[in-house]
Formats: sequence, structure tokens, C-alpha cells
Amino acid sequence: MTAMETEHTQSEQSTNGAVVTAHDVVRVYGEGDTAVRALCGVSLDVERAKLTAVMGPSGSGKSTLMHILAGLDRPTEGDVAIDGTPIAKLGDTELTKLRRQHIGFVFQFFNLLPMLTAEENILLPLELAGGKIDKAWTDSVIERVGLTDRKKHRPSELSGGQQQRVAIARALVSKPTVVFADEPTGNLDSTTSHEILDLLRESVDTLGQTFVMVSHDPNATAISDRTLFLADGLIVRELGRATAHEVLSTMEEVSKL
Amino acid sequence: MIRVGLRGLLGRKLRAILTAFAIILGVAMMSGTYVLTDTIDKAFSTIFDESYAGTDVVVSGKGADIDFQGTSATAPPVDESLVDEVGSLPNVEAASGSVSDETNTKIIGSDGKAINTQGAPSLGFGIDPSPEAQRFNPLNLVEGTWADADGEVVIDAGTADREGYEVGDKIEIATIQPKQEFEITGIAKFGDVDSLGTATFAIFDLPTAQKLLDREGQVDSISVAGAEGTTPEQLIDEIQPILPADAQVRSGAVEAQEDKDEISEFTSFIEYFLLAFAGIALFVGAFVIFNTLSITVAQRTREFATMRTVGASRRQILWSVIVEALAIGIIASVIGLFVGFGLALGLNELFKALDLELPTANMVYATRTIVVSLLVGTIITLVAGLFPAIRATRVPPIAAVREGYTLPKSRLSPFVPYIAVAVIGLSLSLLGYSMFKDDLDTASRLLSIAGGVILLFIGVAMISSRLVRPLAAIVGLPAKAIGGAAGKLARGNSVRNPGRTASTAAALMIGIALVTFVAVLANGMKASNREAIEDQVAADYVVTAQDGFTPFVAAAGDAVEGSPDAEVVANVRADLGKVGDASTYVTGIDPQTILQTYNFDWKEGDDSVVQNLTNDQAIVDSKFAEDHDIAVGDTISVLTPSGETLEQQVVGLYEPPPFYPLLGGVSVTTEAFDSAYDRPRNQFTFVNVPDGASDATTESLEAAVAEFPDAKIQTRADWITQQDEDFNQFLIMLYVLLALSVIVSIFGMVNTLVLSVYERTRELGMLRAVGMTKRQARRMVRHESVITALIGAALGLPLGIFLAALVTRALQEFDVRFSIPWGQLVVFAIIAVIVGILAAIMPARRAAKLNVLRALQYE
Repeated sequence: MTAMETEHTQSEQSTNGAVVTAHDVVRVYGEGDTAVRALCGVSLDVERAKLTAVMGPSGSGKSTLMHILAGLDRPTEGDVAIDGTPIAKLGDTELTKLRRQHIGFVFQFFNLLPMLTAEENILLPLELAGGKIDKAWTDSVIERVGLTDRKKHRPSELSGGQQQRVAIARALVSKPTVVFADEPTGNLDSTTSHEILDLLRESVDTLGQTFVMVSHDPNATAISDRTLFLADGLIVRELGRATAHEVLSTMEEVSKL
Repeated sequence: MIRVGLRGLLGRKLRAILTAFAIILGVAMMSGTYVLTDTIDKAFSTIFDESYAGTDVVVSGKGADIDFQGTSATAPPVDESLVDEVGSLPNVEAASGSVSDETNTKIIGSDGKAINTQGAPSLGFGIDPSPEAQRFNPLNLVEGTWADADGEVVIDAGTADREGYEVGDKIEIATIQPKQEFEITGIAKFGDVDSLGTATFAIFDLPTAQKLLDREGQVDSISVAGAEGTTPEQLIDEIQPILPADAQVRSGAVEAQEDKDEISEFTSFIEYFLLAFAGIALFVGAFVIFNTLSITVAQRTREFATMRTVGASRRQILWSVIVEALAIGIIASVIGLFVGFGLALGLNELFKALDLELPTANMVYATRTIVVSLLVGTIITLVAGLFPAIRATRVPPIAAVREGYTLPKSRLSPFVPYIAVAVIGLSLSLLGYSMFKDDLDTASRLLSIAGGVILLFIGVAMISSRLVRPLAAIVGLPAKAIGGAAGKLARGNSVRNPGRTASTAAALMIGIALVTFVAVLANGMKASNREAIEDQVAADYVVTAQDGFTPFVAAAGDAVEGSPDAEVVANVRADLGKVGDASTYVTGIDPQTILQTYNFDWKEGDDSVVQNLTNDQAIVDSKFAEDHDIAVGDTISVLTPSGETLEQQVVGLYEPPPFYPLLGGVSVTTEAFDSAYDRPRNQFTFVNVPDGASDATTESLEAAVAEFPDAKIQTRADWITQQDEDFNQFLIMLYVLLALSVIVSIFGMVNTLVLSVYERTRELGMLRAVGMTKRQARRMVRHESVITALIGAALGLPLGIFLAALVTRALQEFDVRFSIPWGQLVVFAIIAVIVGILAAIMPARRAAKLNVLRALQYE
């Protein structure tokens, strides 16, 4: 994407209504001489029904950024809002409610509860929230990730790829405003990675689900609508839909900065 | 959340079972105790109800109400003529007199010696065998017939079984009269009761019993049945007027209740005693639960964090852990309840084996037993699991993304040492208060001691994590020296997580501290006992009853004089008496002989006072005198159980050794004693022989008392040794009861080790991959276990010694010595090592069996 197209996308975003917004987010660890500035003032908007990827070299602050956007961590300075609600200063109870309705997670190491079946893992967020469970919807989600015939199995009986599918289904089942994915293919081989990435892309296209993904994998960003590049705690570059090749060269550029 | 909690348990069945064991044993002890004491109570209840079943009212002698240290005085007899007088009253349908005695009837066993009832009653009865009188007879014939003539006897089924006696056999029985031969005409039981414990009974016909038990022309009680439709109250109204002043009439129900109450006090004591040990086991169990759940929570940090990220609230997390604790608690309590039922049977066998048997009937499973056992077990598990549950709620959601996230130290963490010191301070003040404050009732005292000790253990446990490093350095030296690389690693592993090591060691610490406490205290008491006797007794020989402490017939003491070797024979009579409203033992001493066998430590007066003691004088022990404001020159009134009074002038005060005074509060001459006490008995007979104790002399003395098999001849040295042995027997029972807590802590150690091995799977894989053999892996785990156990011992031994010192100080007025049995303490340390080795068996095997490849990939 050219710089002009990037600008065009940005203005589109403001009219679409950003799902997640960050404004001048700063994150400092420690104090005094040993203080580490992981984020030095990051602002961004995440567009609805799009897959936004965040990339950067090790130490760029990308994981920190995602943790803050997802409400897992608090910024030292700056504001973060999800669906218009500021979250930087929310208390634990409100954050919990937020996690039930607005935020989904997919982790690198799957993070499934080993003693529950695949189906039970997937239904967990709904059961924690209480209320009626729409069986038709949940069954369709399980179908969508292709695990209908393995839904009664425990995680130990599933392959890595299958476990990640369970995790994705778990994230999708409560129809959250945004799903945060932290290195979702980090623990998978390349073939399985492709399958998972295709699944994520499909969820955006057919369900209109918004994703924010942190990843090392250039292939991952090839399926994103937009990729943000971080270096030393700041956004330095941005690409729209790009090929893996373009992403790699941008990464090279960025790491030389 | 319930599903998460329960499913979590199922996924870790082994861990759950090991954790549950911690509670099962304590609950089992509790329910077993209840069942046992309920059953004993019921057995006695049955005995007493049966005794008075066919009886509307009972006429008996009215004795003085004298009660001292749990023993009540026996009532005097009534005249035999009263039986006919009562019997001829209009509303009286039948009246029958009987003789009964609790201590004087000694059946000779198959070994030729009097059966030792260990303080339980050796009952002798004289009853009317005629069919009309059977309505009053609480005993049932199992075999044969009632004794109907001189020379006939019926004995209890228990004794018959144990000694192999049968109907038709000839046995010897000693009473107040020297032993005589009797033929067994029948065997009987009290109602349905299988065993009376160590008690025995012998039933003669009335005239025989009157002769044997010094009741000629007298009966101990008259059982009365009223005419149809007469109430006991009506009978009492009718009988009361014709009774002499020293007789009373009471309804059968009232008599039965009084007997039951007396026994209830006794069984309550046993109940609380055993429940205390159950409490200790449960306390240790709580430690184990706390420790295990803490470790599990720490290991499941990522799980809890994930749950938080998918929207679990803190409360839901709390619930999932509490559900686990509840499930373990409930299941363990139920299992413990039933194991306890089995334990009740086992405890009974233990008591039997230690010759402390108690009467049993059918086992009583009360509702209270079930409810209390289930509640206590569940609640303790819940409370112990509460702290780890709260810790689990502190896991932040971000822990889900980070690898190797460790729980942040709880907010209280920096304050823990201060809290620990405060807790210890509080415990010491509670202990000080309970032990040194003067007018506290027993219940409050015991409760504050219990509270103080519990707080002390908790405080020490809290601070113990600070001590782990230095202690591990010391107790780990052998591991380093002989364990090679494995040993060194083990030492390092113990200090990696000092909190965890400390918690595990703390469970063992409690058991060892208590065992040490008991050992040190008992050692001091044995020393005091020995000294007290050595100070007082100057005689070569001591004659006592077979069990060493109940009084024996005076005639036996007289018989000793018949031996040619007996140079000086000093009888010491003893029985209950009352001065004013103070009950005490009254002893009768012989002024001519006592001084050569007993050393008086005079406060006021000297030996000449005893030498010149007349029948209307008395000497008093200085403590009794001080407590009751008695001075030399005063005249005191000594009330005896038969209602007679001795008026004595106090002529001397002596200091008795506080620990074991052999004489009573008041001592008079034997003559004075015999004049006021019916059926006088000796507590001791001290004997001096010309050339000191020797086997030949012992034989000669024993020959002299051959007619009185209940009398036991011992040299002074042997007597002291015997007492030591009696102490030791009691000690063994305490150790066995405390062993339960030690076993609980072993389960805790196994649990912790298994969890620890699981946690270090990757590390172990790495070690094996770089060349550690299976044997070395096993050795490493074993050393770790032993180091942890030794830390427990290093904490427990000083703690036990400290507690013993505290109690010794508190018992100062009884002059308890403080004497540390070093040998025994070394044994306890060795036992700790063995515990460590035992606990390591399974975890070590697991560590060795790891599949190296899979372990390295383990995440």
C-alpha cells in the first residue's frame, strides 16, 4: 500500500468508529536510573471488522502495547478505550465484565484448561457470565473451527493445531468486540500455522470479527488488513494489505532505525 | 466453577487422595473416640440399670460424704435384723439383704498370684440364691447355679475365660480373711455386658460373704420391692420412719443415676483425653492441607490467569478452589468417620494389650458422632484451604501470557516475621497466664494452654521459613558429605523455596515437639518420683497390693511379722477422712516401728513426737496444715466414712515431698485408726531385715504372706523400678496416640515431594540428560526429604524441651524435676530421618522413572 492509501484508510477509520483506541500511551517499568521505557507515546485506532497486526523486533514494545490495549496491563500515561469506554483506570470488577463481553483472547500456548473437554473449554466464557447459552450459535462456532467430532476430547488428546482451534472458538463464542491474539502461531508448525491464519481471516470476513494480532510470523501479517510496525516503543511504519515479502523488507528497514 | 473445581480434583486423583488422608486420620480418631467412650458409657449404664432393675428402693448405710481425688468413701453397713423389719412392712412385697465390696475380693489366677485388676474393682458379693431373691439380682447365670453354701462361688465370665476356669474347678480367693478354696458352681455376667474390662467379681451366698468380708450380722444394702401399685416414693415414706439414724432409703432410680454420674465423670475424662490427640492430628492435617493447596495454587497460576482473561471474577476463582477444598473435606470426613468406627475396635484392643481394658457392650454409633465428625473435618479443611484460595484470586490475568509467572508475594509478606513474633508473643502470654495464674478453673486453664500451644506452633511455623537456610546448611551436611552430587543438589533444592520447605517441615515439627515434650516431662516426673521415695522410705522392703496403689488387708501386714527375717514391720493404714470440709487421706502409723522405716522432714516437732504419739494425738503434713489453717496445739475433728469422729490434738507438722507423699494429710496411731475405721486396710507395710535385702529374705517374707496373694513383696529398689515401668507403660500409650499426628505429617511430606518433582519435571529431565543416573535421581529426592524431616526435628526438639520446661516450672509446687533424656531425643531425631526416607519412596521412584525426552519438552 502506498502512503496515500494509508492516509485514506485512516480517514475511513474515523468514520467507521474505532473499536479500540489508544492515545499517547506510555509505559515505564521500574524507577530512576534503571527505568525502562517500553512504550514512548503510542496512539492508534483499531478499525471494526478488520484484522490489525502489530509487528516489531524483540524489545520493540509490541507485546506490552497489546497487553495494555487488552486491559491486562495499565499504561503509565495515556488513555485506552474499547468501544468508547475508557479502560485505563477501570477497577477489577468492570474489567472482568469487559472481558466477558467485549474482549477475547488467543494465546501462544493455547492456555486451555486441561481437565475440561474441548466443548467445555469453548463454553467457559459463556458459563462464567451466566445466562442462557444459545446452542445453535455455539454449535456453529464449533463447526466453523472444524472440531465438531472432537469436541468431547480433552486437550491432551488434541494436536497443537486442534488446541489452538479450540482457543479460537473460545474467543469467538461470546461475540466480543475485539479479539486479541498473542503470537497465535508461535507454537505451531508452518502447515498448521497457515490453517490457523486462514481460520482467523475467515472469522473477520464472515463474522465481521475484529482482531488485533501480535506476531513474529510474516505470513501472519500477510492476512492482515493493516500492519503496524513498532520500534523502541513507537509506531514507525504502517502498511495496509501487503504480501509477506513487503512485510519482510519493511521489517528490515525498521530494525535499522 | 463447581465443575472446574471438581474436575480439577479428579484430574489429580493421587494428590487429592494424599491430601485427604491428612484429614481422614484426624476425623477417624475423633469418631473412634466418641464411639468407644459412648460404648463404655452405655456398658456401665446398662450395668447400673440392670443392678436396680427389679428394685424399687434400696436401704443402705448413711456414710459421711467424703470425696478425695476422685475416690469416694464407702458407706457403712446396716444391721441384718433390718431386713426382716423392712420385709414385714405392709406395702413391702419382698426385701433381701446383700453384701458387696469393691476392693477386698481377690481371685487367685491360674498362675497362683492374685489377679491384678489395675485399679478396677475386684467385686465380692454375697446374695441370697433363693428364687424369690433373684428379682433383685442384676447378674445372669451363664452356666451352673448360684453359690448356696460355704465353699461355693460364682465368678464372672471374663475372668473364667482369661484364666481358663470352668464350673466344677476349685479356685482360691483371698478376702479380708486369708485365702480359701472354693468350688466354682456357676459363671455369670452383668446383664448383657461381654467384658467388665479388668474388673472381676465373685459371688458367694450371704452367710459366706458376711464371714469373708467382715460383715457378720450385717448387710451392705437391702433391696426392696413394693407391693403391686406401690410407687417408690410411697415405699420410702413407709420405710424411712423405722430406719436408724445411720441408714438411708433411696429409690433404685436415684441409686442408679448416682452410680452413672460417677462413671460419666470418668469416661468424660477419657473422652477429652483422646479427643485432644484427635485434635492434634487434625491440627497437623490442617497444616498439610494448607501446604498442599498452596503449592497447587502456585502451580496452576497460568490456569487461574486464563480463567480471569475469559471473564472469571475473583469470586469465581475463589469458589473453584474452595469447592476443591470442600470436596476433599467432605469425602475425607465421611471416610474418616467409618475408619473411626474401625479404630474404636482397634483402640479397645490397644487398651486390652496394655492391660487397661474397659467394659464394652455393642458399639454405640450416636448421631452426635456422625454430625460432629463430618462438620469438624469439613470445616477444618475449608479453613485451611481458605488462605490458598484467597491467594489464587490474586493471580492477575496477565499471568496467562507470561511464561514462568510466579505468584507475587502476598501483600502481607514483608510483615510476616513481625506477625510471627507477635503471634509467638501472644502465645507465650497465654501460656504464662494459663500456667501461673492461681485461681483458674481447670477448663479455662486447659483451654488457654491449648490456645497458647496452637498459637506457638503457628508462630514458629510462620517464622520457620527464615530458619530454613541456616538449618538446611547444618542438617544438610551429611547429605553433602555422603550424598555426592545428588546430596549437594538436594541441599540446594531445600532452600530454593524456603516457605514451602518450612511448611512441610512444620507439620512434622508439631509431632516431634509433642513427643519430646512428653518424654522430657515424664523423665522429670520419674526422677522426682524416685527422689521422693528414696527420701521418705528407709526400709529394706515394701509390701503393697498387687497393683501397687490400692490398699490391702491389714491382716496381710500382720502376717509379715510371722517371718523370722522381719526385724521391724511398720504398717501404714490408710483411708479417706475429712477435717472440717477438707477431704484427705488419713493414715494410721505405729509409733514403735514407723521411725525406723520412714524419714520425717520436720517443720515443727521432731521424731520424739512420733515416738510418744498417743491415741488422741495426730501429726499433720505442713501443706495440708497451711491450706486449712491448722497449727500445732489445735484440736481437729477427723470424720470417717462410717460417721465416726476422731478428736485429735495436733502435736507436730512435717514437710512431705511435694511429688509423692506416702502418708496422708493427717496421721494418727494405728490403734486410733482401727477404732474409728471399719475394716482397716494398709497402704504400705515397710519391713526392715537384719542384713539388708536378699533373695533368701524375699522368699521368707513371701512365704509369710502366702495366705494373702494380693500382697506383693518388693525390695525398695524393685519398688522404685516398678513405678518407673508403670510410668513407661503410660508413656508408650501417649507415644502411640501421638504417632497418629506423625503419620499425618508423613502424608504431607509425600504430597509436597510429589508436587515438587512434578514441578521440576523439565529440570529433572535436564539433569538426567546431562548424566544423572536413576539411582542418583532417587538419592537426590531422598536426601531432600530427609533434610526437610530433620529441619522439622531441629525445630520440634527445642520446642518440645521449651514446653516441658514451661510446664515443669508451672508444676513447681509439686517439685517436678527437669531432666532431659538425651538418649530418647536422639532416637526421635533418628525417627525423623526414617520418616524422611519413608516419605521419599514414591516421589523418588517417580523422579527416576521420568521419560527424559518427554520431560525436556515439558512445558
